Amino acid sequence: MPIHDQGYRRYRGGKAGGRAWLVIMKTGIRTMLSDKKFIVLLAAAWLQFLVRAVQFYIAANFSQAAVIAPKADTFRDFFDKQDIFVYILTVTLGSRLIAQDRRVNALQIYLAKPLTRAEYIFGKLGILASFLLFVTWVPAILLLGVQVVFAGNFEFLKANAYLFPAITLYAALEVSMTSTTMLALSSLSTNSRFVGIMYTGLIFFSLALYNVLRFITGSTRLSWVAFGNNLTQLGDVIFRVTPHFQTPWPVSLLMVVVLIAVSALVLERRVRGVEIIA
Amino acid sequence: MADSDPIVTLANVTVTYGRQQALADVTTTFLPGAVGLLGPNGAGKSTMIKSLLGFVAPSQGRMHVLGLDVATSPIEIRARIGYMPENDAHIPGMNAVSFVAYCGELAGLPRSDSMQRAHEVLFYVGLGEARYRNVETYSTGMKQRIKLAQALVHDPDLLFLDEPTNGMDPKGRDEMLELVRDLAHNKGVNLILSSHVLPDVEYTCDSVVVMDKGRVAASGPIAALKQPRGRVYELRVKTPVDLETFFGRLRAAGLECHSTDEDIVRVFVPGDGGARQLFALAAAEGAQVRHLRPSVPTLEDVFAQSVGQD
Repeated sequence: MPIHDQGYRRYRGGKAGGRAWLVIMKTGIRTMLSDKKFIVLLAAAWLQFLVRAVQFYIAANFSQAAVIAPKADTFRDFFDKQDIFVYILTVTLGSRLIAQDRRVNALQIYLAKPLTRAEYIFGKLGILASFLLFVTWVPAILLLGVQVVFAGNFEFLKANAYLFPAITLYAALEVSMTSTTMLALSSLSTNSRFVGIMYTGLIFFSLALYNVLRFITGSTRLSWVAFGNNLTQLGDVIFRVTPHFQTPWPVSLLMVVVLIAVSALVLERRVRGVEIIA
Repeated sequence: MADSDPIVTLANVTVTYGRQQALADVTTTFLPGAVGLLGPNGAGKSTMIKSLLGFVAPSQGRMHVLGLDVATSPIEIRARIGYMPENDAHIPGMNAVSFVAYCGELAGLPRSDSMQRAHEVLFYVGLGEARYRNVETYSTGMKQRIKLAQALVHDPDLLFLDEPTNGMDPKGRDEMLELVRDLAHNKGVNLILSSHVLPDVEYTCDSVVVMDKGRVAASGPIAALKQPRGRVYELRVKTPVDLETFFGRLRAAGLECHSTDEDIVRVFVPGDGGARQLFALAAAEGAQVRHLRPSVPTLEDVFAQSVGQD
């Protein structure tokens, strides 16, 4: 083709199928990383890691500071403190993932390409899940490594061998529940701000309901009505610390599974190439 | 698939939205080349395209696109087709070249090829100079062009164009039609152009499927459909009764009338009766024929006859 010819020509190269979810995920991550405000937010989410790293260094090098030496609880506490960033990231990033696509009719562009609805959903889920893991699982695992480096031995790691799987399991539970719930909410509206408000409302309303029930019954057995409490309860069991609530952990796990299943059902119904109003 | 085999076939396809039947037992075929899908709003054109894309599941019937069954091979079909939706649609927060390249990647093109083709198709559709602008800042005409670009980037074998000239100014509309015509006639891309604008279809397509109220009213090559089974006249009359009554009497005599933009009515006289029959009817009604000119049948006449419009 001469260089000046800007006409249409047929494509003779190869095409690869089945990687559309990865394309969606990678492009979404790349787009978010080009936003300076988002980078600042991610950096802020790593502040606790820095503070904990300094804590581990002092505890390892100064015997007077033994009181701040890391324990298994430290990692449970780390996740608790990171919850605020999980919430902010979920609301700022997650709320727009499908809502914006619905606002500009992008779904019919996506679904006219050779990809399934499940691939689209997994791609979108992958964007949120990657960033949530980046501020939960990644720093927690690195903290384990930092402890080993500063202590100069594997004593702590050997004594708490369950910590690596515990961190991984808890992060997986938290990220799965949070991202599927937010994605389902995001598919319900074309307004991402409204989605953020819905998510916040869901958290605070269920918590308020739990507090009323606790006041009436005088027991924490009904903690499962608040979505966040189920995660807290499971986290306590996973990290082998005293549970916050009297609710049996299988009930909390069931609630998390139910929430993920309902979210999947909502996504299945809402992510379509055409909106049918019968 | 042989070159002359239909690229799309529908067999007894029915699509319902609640109680509303959008497609009613439709059986038709689309030949290779450019085929117009013509019909008034609500005729079922968009529903047919969305069914072929697999967005809407029919309650009965079977559909094949490029020899593949829509029910069992939707992904394989979508890998070989391009779809330009009717309404405004893009991916938010992207400039044109990123958007089109992204669409190419979604269709399975490697990243580098996808980017290269994005530049090429953007130049082809006339957005070369504006390709680094955010799509959200585009005018309606530019948005139509970028929808065509994203449908073309992976080099489909079949293009579905749903009302591609919607909202475009006359110049942009002409340019869009030129692109569509070029794709079909010079670049070897099969396309199905859904439109309610007759001249658009007549200019770009070789054959047509006319839809009305969810059914196929007529189909075939445009040239064949325009073959006269009678004669068409442009008529202006002065009548002692009101015009509608006069036209009612013409219709009762088996003639078909439909108004044009001016005060002239196009009258189709079936059989060999011709002008003689028209004059006889006018005389019987006491009407003065002020203007009578033989005309060539247009797609508009075919359309009017098919859907029964005045």
